Amino acid sequence: MLIEKYITASCTISKNIVCKDGIQIFENTNTDLAGFLVSIYQHFQLNYPKFYKMDNLSKLGWLASEILLKDKFKTHIYKPEEIGILLANANSSLDDDIKYYHSVKDIPSPSLFVYTLPNIVIGEICIRNNFKGEHAFFIQDAFDACFIEQQVNYTLDNNILEACICGWVDVLDQEYKAALFLVEKEKSEGAVFFSAENMDYIFRNS
Amino acid sequence: MNGHDVFIVADNIFSPLGKTTAENFSKLKQNTSAVKQYNDLNISSQPFYASLFNSDEPFIKDDQHIYTKFEQLLIASINDVLQDSGIDAHNKKTVLIISTTKGNISLLETEANNAELKKRIALSTSAKLVSDRFGFVNQPVIISNACISGSLAIITGMRLLRSGQYENAVIAGADVISKFILSGFESFHALSPQVCKPFDKSRDGLNLGEGAGTVILSTNKKYKQNIKVKGGSVSNDANHISGPSRTGEELAHAIKKAMLDADISSGDIDFISAHGTATVYNDEMEANAISLSGMQTAPTNSLKGYYGHTLGAAGMIESIISIQSLKENLVLSTLGFKNMGVTNPLNICTNLLSGNFKNCLKTASGFGGCNAAVVFGK
Repeated sequence: MLIEKYITASCTISKNIVCKDGIQIFENTNTDLAGFLVSIYQHFQLNYPKFYKMDNLSKLGWLASEILLKDKFKTHIYKPEEIGILLANANSSLDDDIKYYHSVKDIPSPSLFVYTLPNIVIGEICIRNNFKGEHAFFIQDAFDACFIEQQVNYTLDNNILEACICGWVDVLDQEYKAALFLVEKEKSEGAVFFSAENMDYIFRNS
Repeated sequence: MNGHDVFIVADNIFSPLGKTTAENFSKLKQNTSAVKQYNDLNISSQPFYASLFNSDEPFIKDDQHIYTKFEQLLIASINDVLQDSGIDAHNKKTVLIISTTKGNISLLETEANNAELKKRIALSTSAKLVSDRFGFVNQPVIISNACISGSLAIITGMRLLRSGQYENAVIAGADVISKFILSGFESFHALSPQVCKPFDKSRDGLNLGEGAGTVILSTNKKYKQNIKVKGGSVSNDANHISGPSRTGEELAHAIKKAMLDADISSGDIDFISAHGTATVYNDEMEANAISLSGMQTAPTNSLKGYYGHTLGAAGMIESIISIQSLKENLVLSTLGFKNMGVTNPLNICTNLLSGNFKNCLKTASGFGGCNAAVVFGK
């Protein structure tokens, strides 16, 4: 009982460039990662002071989710528990782990410690959007689109979820990449079929 | 039920209390706790309560130089459960799933921080080493989702099997306690200065613990007499990254969905293995959720007084104890609990309880607002 599913939006943030649905919408080559992330926040005139408290992994994933969902996404057609998030990355929360461990030598910082879990970025996106559905964080050597496809198919085909944000959010030092996909059961303008191939294509071209 | 029935083939708990499920269960029946006071300057400048392995205790006999402590724990646990199980790691229909919260993070404390170390810490590196050791042919699945990692690994395994993608899943979870983790929980003032007291009026925080647990699941009908993983579900509080929901509604929702998935109702749950970390907020939230689910009279226990909070292994170890409880028709008591300390009172087990038990519920919650519920049954 495979239900047809569509990638109704995508957002990638990589190599100093932000793309929405495959189209470049922002670029800033003159800064490091922290500066780049703040410049995205400012460029899109986002207003969420908690952003500044987040570690780089949560900032990156949260920004990608904001851009993914802006304009078209109709939150109100879903119940909070019908929307879920399935993410993966290679380096877990190591970027923040290293920063937290530096603080241990002085005074251990609870505000850094709380980000030493990769799923905190999921929590941040859920808090922002009141999403209360299924979620999971997987660690993969490289983006495994087939595995993510299988996981999303199971949750949508069995009506565990009606909509799902899935993809990749990875940060380590100045290396980073986010590629998020919004998967829904209803086709909308510009949507492409949900498949590992289509996710891989968008992922590789960012 | 969606798809195939999922049976439990074999399991192992590798903890400071014992190296097999049987050894562990026998210690718990005698109310033996592994939580004690330590004075270990490598971990903390202050004395602390935790459940730790002896530092000179080897987990595996050979190749110790190849594997980190975390990996050795996984290997020891998987090795015990795989041998004599009849499950072939080399089979294309067998998948390995690994759950952990912090994995190799203690390497940050002892090794020079460079590119090589970052690769060595990566969980994919550990998963590959462990997978290769046993000859698994499929890419291992790794789950790191805070304190629900173990429960989520079982749910993920159940679904991978139900969908027919694999026939067998070997699911292993482990975590190691070091300065990194202890200092973090300390910075949150979350650690108890004594053996923790889940759901008790005077509870004052958690103890940390290390350990590993492994369970093998299969859809092969030859195991149809065994305990089943009947259903599972995950939810998010969407409330706070480091504090649980105020109402418990979201965990209650996961419980409801898990029971729907298992095709049973709240009256069919014979006992509950709660997360019960013994922090003020977790236990209060969990009691709310269990009450909202109409199961406030179901016998409920927390095992944190025996093992401490074993993080990514907790869902594994505590699920395996629940499975053993179903097999032996014996529900364990909640070490440390004396007086009801939650607004919505629960039926907390304070003695060994025997009966005819058919179904049990395992719950877990963690940072990031995550909740998980799993139903096991006959």
